[in-house]
Amino acid sequence: MPPDAVYPGPVMTAELRTAAGESLYPRLEPLLAQVQKPIQYVGGELNAQLKPWETVDVHWALMYPDAYEVGLPNQGLMILYEVLNERPDALAERTYAVWPDLAALMREHGVGQFTVDGHRAVRDFDLLGVSFATELGYTNLLEALDLAGIPLHVVDRDESHPVVVAGGHAAFNPEPVADFVDCAVLGDGEQAVGDITDVVKAWKAQGRPGGREELLARLARIDGVYVPRFYAVSYGPDGTIAAVTRTRDDVPERVGKRTVMDLDEWPYPKTPLVPLAESVHERMSVEIFRGCTRGCRFCQAGMITRPVRERTITGIGSMVDQGLKATGYEEVGLLSLSSADHSEIGQVAKELADRYEGTNTGLSLPSTRVDAFNITLANELSRNGRRSGLTFAPEGGSERIRRVINKTVSKEDLVRTVTTAYANGWTQVKLYFMCGLPTETDEDVLEIADLAVEVIRAGREASGRKDIRCTVSIGGFVPKPHTPFQWAAQASAETIDHRLRVLRQAINADRRIGRSIGLRYHDGKPGVIEGLLSRGDRRVGRVIERVWREGGRFDGWSEHFSFDRWTRAAAEELAVFGVDLDWFTTRERTEHEILPWDHLDSGLEKEWLWDDWQDAIAEEEVADCRWTPCYDCGVCPTMGTEIQIGPTGRSLLPLTVV
Amino acid sequence: MARQPDGPPPPPTVQKLRIRYAKRGRLRFASHRDLARALERALRRAQVPMAFSAGFSPHPKISYLGAAPTGSASEAEYVEIGLAVACDPEAVRAALDAALPEDIAVLEAVEAQEGTGSLADRIDTSVWRLEMPGVPLAELQPAVEKFLASEIVTVAKRTKNGLKDVDARAAVAGAEVGEEAGCAILHMVVRQVTPAVRPDDVLAALAAVADLRPPSPPRAVRVAQGRLDDTGTVADPLGPDRAARPLREHAAI
Repeated sequence: MPPDAVYPGPVMTAELRTAAGESLYPRLEPLLAQVQKPIQYVGGELNAQLKPWETVDVHWALMYPDAYEVGLPNQGLMILYEVLNERPDALAERTYAVWPDLAALMREHGVGQFTVDGHRAVRDFDLLGVSFATELGYTNLLEALDLAGIPLHVVDRDESHPVVVAGGHAAFNPEPVADFVDCAVLGDGEQAVGDITDVVKAWKAQGRPGGREELLARLARIDGVYVPRFYAVSYGPDGTIAAVTRTRDDVPERVGKRTVMDLDEWPYPKTPLVPLAESVHERMSVEIFRGCTRGCRFCQAGMITRPVRERTITGIGSMVDQGLKATGYEEVGLLSLSSADHSEIGQVAKELADRYEGTNTGLSLPSTRVDAFNITLANELSRNGRRSGLTFAPEGGSERIRRVINKTVSKEDLVRTVTTAYANGWTQVKLYFMCGLPTETDEDVLEIADLAVEVIRAGREASGRKDIRCTVSIGGFVPKPHTPFQWAAQASAETIDHRLRVLRQAINADRRIGRSIGLRYHDGKPGVIEGLLSRGDRRVGRVIERVWREGGRFDGWSEHFSFDRWTRAAAEELAVFGVDLDWFTTRERTEHEILPWDHLDSGLEKEWLWDDWQDAIAEEEVADCRWTPCYDCGVCPTMGTEIQIGPTGRSLLPLTVV
Repeated sequence: MARQPDGPPPPPTVQKLRIRYAKRGRLRFASHRDLARALERALRRAQVPMAFSAGFSPHPKISYLGAAPTGSASEAEYVEIGLAVACDPEAVRAALDAALPEDIAVLEAVEAQEGTGSLADRIDTSVWRLEMPGVPLAELQPAVEKFLASEIVTVAKRTKNGLKDVDARAAVAGAEVGEEAGCAILHMVVRQVTPAVRPDDVLAALAAVADLRPPSPPRAVRVAQGRLDDTGTVADPLGPDRAARPLREHAAI
């Protein structure tokens, strides 16, 4: 196609309705000249894919409901994009949340939500898959639906509208968005998207029998797919859920998650997307294992992604090789929930460093457990690249609270590990903590200050340097579904803010030490709203819709988030049900309360979660089942899965020099 | 004294290449930083043997010359790269062109010759071509004439520190109008002064002197850059390097 055919001049008066799959770019281009960072809307990234519309049966639009710079590096979306585009009968394009400046122009000029690959209207696709890493993307989903011209409520959609599919960790409790999403996929998406594609393809080929209702019923029979409209929720006089019942008997009573076994068979993304625009991660990532059984009780990811499935050292090596060739990145992130726990991590790091000697290619681990860190590993990681700071996540300030959250490490070990890093030439160490954990007192949080002071004092001594720094980064804890803390009372914003205040004072008490310690924190308000959306039920949907109607967007961004708008909407929309914001957040649940997500099965036995919650209160630890006997959390037998770890004993061969 | 990494210093620069490239189509929306990132990654994918700076954070030796504004296309962007192994400039050009997105075209690469001076000293002027869809030639012509007849045309320019008044007239060495395929075109020769006068500033000036308001945003292309001589010609900044090209052996890349 000659360039002129792709980019004709702006045609503002053109007929607004386009043929299915037609590019909106000619109408979008004049708007892009008027907005901030237009590059994020033009697509054409390295390794982006664009297929002809008519050659496939099923069209997927994949959305990350946040800004492009945050959404583009998302591994989940990149994986599904490749998996779907490899099918000859499907295509997948990406779409992201557009900023308010462009959204206003799109509304003014009648340009709908578009994909960045083909600039096709999202409205034209068969499916809109939305990946929710966090609940704070819900208002952006509503904005995208509205911009796309898709009715907000599932009940108002007909068979011409895309099926809206939610995925990601937040999909393990999709009840707050049950009014807006047609279905949710629980667990790993690689195989589920293929099954969904098959069902949609067959239904279309048969002439769409039974309309949308029949399509959704067929989707509901796919393992891992939950269709909220086929489940009715009733409430008791005290506001708690009385029952969740199926409205059709051909859908499962409980929906279980999907689990991909043998990661080596799923080496995605093979050709990671490389944006021109700046993004939050300027590196390529290779997922070295999925799942985590360390058993940190606050960690939803660790609970819902069990069991551990490692990629082998050779599988990792070939992904790194292929990815670097395809991207030109200078850094490879070895990604997982706790990367230093890979059974062959030392060898992986050493052999990759050997292989890329002299090429200025750096390796990084996103975060390291204090007890899994060693200096040899850290040296291998930074051998060929830039020596960045080290990050540890003790999460809890005192040994007591670390037993409560089951992330046990002694203060001595922590100080020793960080001091070793300073002694070996690292000058920057970042420590992550949480505030507002169950049973926490001011004293637990104040111990963070003691720890930081001790780290600096010992670090100055060990390194002989005055210019070492320690950054304490601290966030408010939000209890999540499918974790032992799902019953816990969330700390109020006032409690969080008070504890952060006393912590800041304690750190600054001695300026000679305090000036080497940075403190980064957010106030407790966004966490309260995240808590409402995390553990909310279907009644919370009205609050989300109200907030969006009043202008709420980009709630993960402090400059856009309005706590007042949320609390006002919550008060007014929830009053008719006799519940409120506190009821969903700071209220402790009782053992037998029906939780909104009880009919969604992560594999964890509710009894085991309750026992683990009781152990937490008793400050009792639980070991990791990779290295100690099974303690019956329930996942493997329920899901028919097993732990897959090395060592494999294999080695990376040197790459042949071309 | 600043600490140095262990091991030998990186190999020195043995050859400098001066490169002209174009940004076209959708990538006119790329900013200078976007392009710089894309170029660095493409150099790695193309396995060009770059020279690196010393220190804990080695950076490839790349010098950028003034970039066309975000939203403007260009046929004449310049960059200079330092190599650790001498290469055939044409081979580097082709490899880099293949490694970059389609809308970025690497047009020329020449070896910088000793004693010919810096590239920056050979560039002081831009030649612009503005497509102005929906603007009648009969309106554009008198507006440009009125602008050229003015001695000073002050426009408010958005800078990091808020709005600032600049004269859009003095920097414009010449301007004429034409028409292609029914679309009015404005050709301009604009000196690179500080603060910069960009196509948007000239458009603001046309609005100020003649109330010319395009119904949709004009599309600007930087056609050439170079030194403006007394005859009004803009000289090719790679000319001096091209003129004095010695024979030398190159490594293949």
